[in-house]
Amino acid sequence: MKVGESMKNTDKLKGTSRQAGRKYGGTVAVFVLLFITGLFMLLPIYLTVVMSLKPVEELFVFPPKLYTLRPTLDNFRDMFDVLKSNRVPFSRYVFNSLFVTVTVTVLQSFFASMAAFVLAKCKFPGSKLINSVIVVALLYQSNVIYIMQYMVMSEMGIIDTPLALIFPAVASPMGLFLMRQSISQIPDSMIEAAKVDGAGLFRICWQIVMPNQKPALMTLIIFAFQGAWNIQGGSVIFQEQYKTLPTVVTQAASSGLARAGVAMAAAVFMLIPPVIVFVLAQRQVIETMAHSGIKD
Amino acid sequence: MAQLTAEEIGKRTKKEKRAATWKAVKQNKACYAMIASFMIFFIIFTVIPVVMSLPMGFTDFNLAQTPKFVGLSNYTALFLSDKVFIQSIRVTLIFALFTGPVSYVMCFLLAWLINSLPPKLKTIFTLIFYIPSMASVYTVWQLIFSGDINGYLNSFLVNLGVLNAPVQWLTDSRYVLGVCIIVQLWISLGAGFLALRAGFQNIDKSLYEAGAIEGIRTKWQELIYIVIPSMKPQLLFAAVMQIVGSFTAGTAAQNLVGFPSTDYKAHTIMTHAYDYGWVRFEMGYASAICMILFLAMFICNKVISKVLGNNDD
Repeated sequence: MKVGESMKNTDKLKGTSRQAGRKYGGTVAVFVLLFITGLFMLLPIYLTVVMSLKPVEELFVFPPKLYTLRPTLDNFRDMFDVLKSNRVPFSRYVFNSLFVTVTVTVLQSFFASMAAFVLAKCKFPGSKLINSVIVVALLYQSNVIYIMQYMVMSEMGIIDTPLALIFPAVASPMGLFLMRQSISQIPDSMIEAAKVDGAGLFRICWQIVMPNQKPALMTLIIFAFQGAWNIQGGSVIFQEQYKTLPTVVTQAASSGLARAGVAMAAAVFMLIPPVIVFVLAQRQVIETMAHSGIKD
Repeated sequence: MAQLTAEEIGKRTKKEKRAATWKAVKQNKACYAMIASFMIFFIIFTVIPVVMSLPMGFTDFNLAQTPKFVGLSNYTALFLSDKVFIQSIRVTLIFALFTGPVSYVMCFLLAWLINSLPPKLKTIFTLIFYIPSMASVYTVWQLIFSGDINGYLNSFLVNLGVLNAPVQWLTDSRYVLGVCIIVQLWISLGAGFLALRAGFQNIDKSLYEAGAIEGIRTKWQELIYIVIPSMKPQLLFAAVMQIVGSFTAGTAAQNLVGFPSTDYKAHTIMTHAYDYGWVRFEMGYASAICMILFLAMFICNKVISKVLGNNDD
């Protein structure tokens, strides 16, 4: 830095170009560091994908290879064959999963953002209590809760219907907590100004606050989608026609064909939709910054 | 306006207080309307089940018969005669102390480093670090740490000449906990990491410019004076996520080194609760275990909130 400063004094142009070079060098160093850490993170995922593409005879070759000589989709085909042999057509499971996932994601994001805005920016009788209850709910983990949830749902008569998958996932204390933390950074003056202009809370929330909260909102959507996509209704859904993909795919991978390759194929198959949603949502996060005219 | 009434309340009598509260409630009708949708689902599917589960720790409950009140005997049994529980406390503390802070710092540093990359690379690297928590692939770790020469790690180390014979990573009591900690760290860059990434995107760029004028020169100074202060809410969120994640760890270990693990070396409190709840169906005992875990997390959260300077909770 010192060199850069003295350069700036003597020759401004040269100095700034040197600084730019240094900044570029810094980025490269960061990239290399992240790349090496990233390799460690990615290795198991990479192995999963390779294993899912390996033919049976290559699975137990010594020494184990980090690549496959004859990639094949056999494992995927076998998995789908098992799924097809069920009484219910495969498309039904896909539909069930999409229906549950989309409903939960939309409702969860919508409800949590709205509640988070109010809890972060308005003080009203009970708001403090609700705020601390949310955090306590996040910390309280007990397997007894699921039993109690089951009892509540059976009291409501929604056991063995798709509602049993959707309802418990709609109100996410984690999602609300995330949004509340993020919205709390918005200056009060912005909201007061909108109030003076006569905007109602609902309009302030969706037309002023949320457009500013794209990064957090997109993150919320990623969490919601990921959670909903993996809902295993094993203990609340018994009719084959209401089962979702995670349930039947795990069944296919573990029963019938207890083969590592098929388990890997199942994992890869289930990972594709969340990854697509993740990339789309993250792109949004970064694009927002570019559009708001703020340079990086 | 609600704040104003809150200040006034202190000076008034009880009756007036109630009237004032009622007035405040009416004034804030719009607020209640907006949280209603969330609260209805939250109360029915979270609050009620939680409240119903609270007294279970004081009962003998086997899922088939109605719970029988047994006083504090579950708790006394836990601390006085359950040796495995004491072991599980030790394992959980080691787990939490290793994975919690390490992964918290990793979440923050990685999110910060990624932030200085060009946009395309940002998405790619965020995905790379987040993908392990999307894919729950324990099977592949079993193949990596597999005890025979076919395991990736063993064959790699034997070929390299570091090892003469394959090591039983998943069953040797010396390595079990270490292996579980590594895998736990691998999956732990989850919600907290992503929330921090979002937080970085939200920092007002003019703050950096203002900082440069004020005399902030190095990246390090920028981190201390600009980044950390404007990331406090996300840092608190990530802290809560890390507390929950590291204290309730157990599933990954269970899937990896089996259940029960060799000499209970990777037996966490959550594993213990799973054992009593879903294997032995002693739900009363299991919920007493969970209650103790909750109290530990609650205290930990209070301390961290204080440190991060959040006085709301």
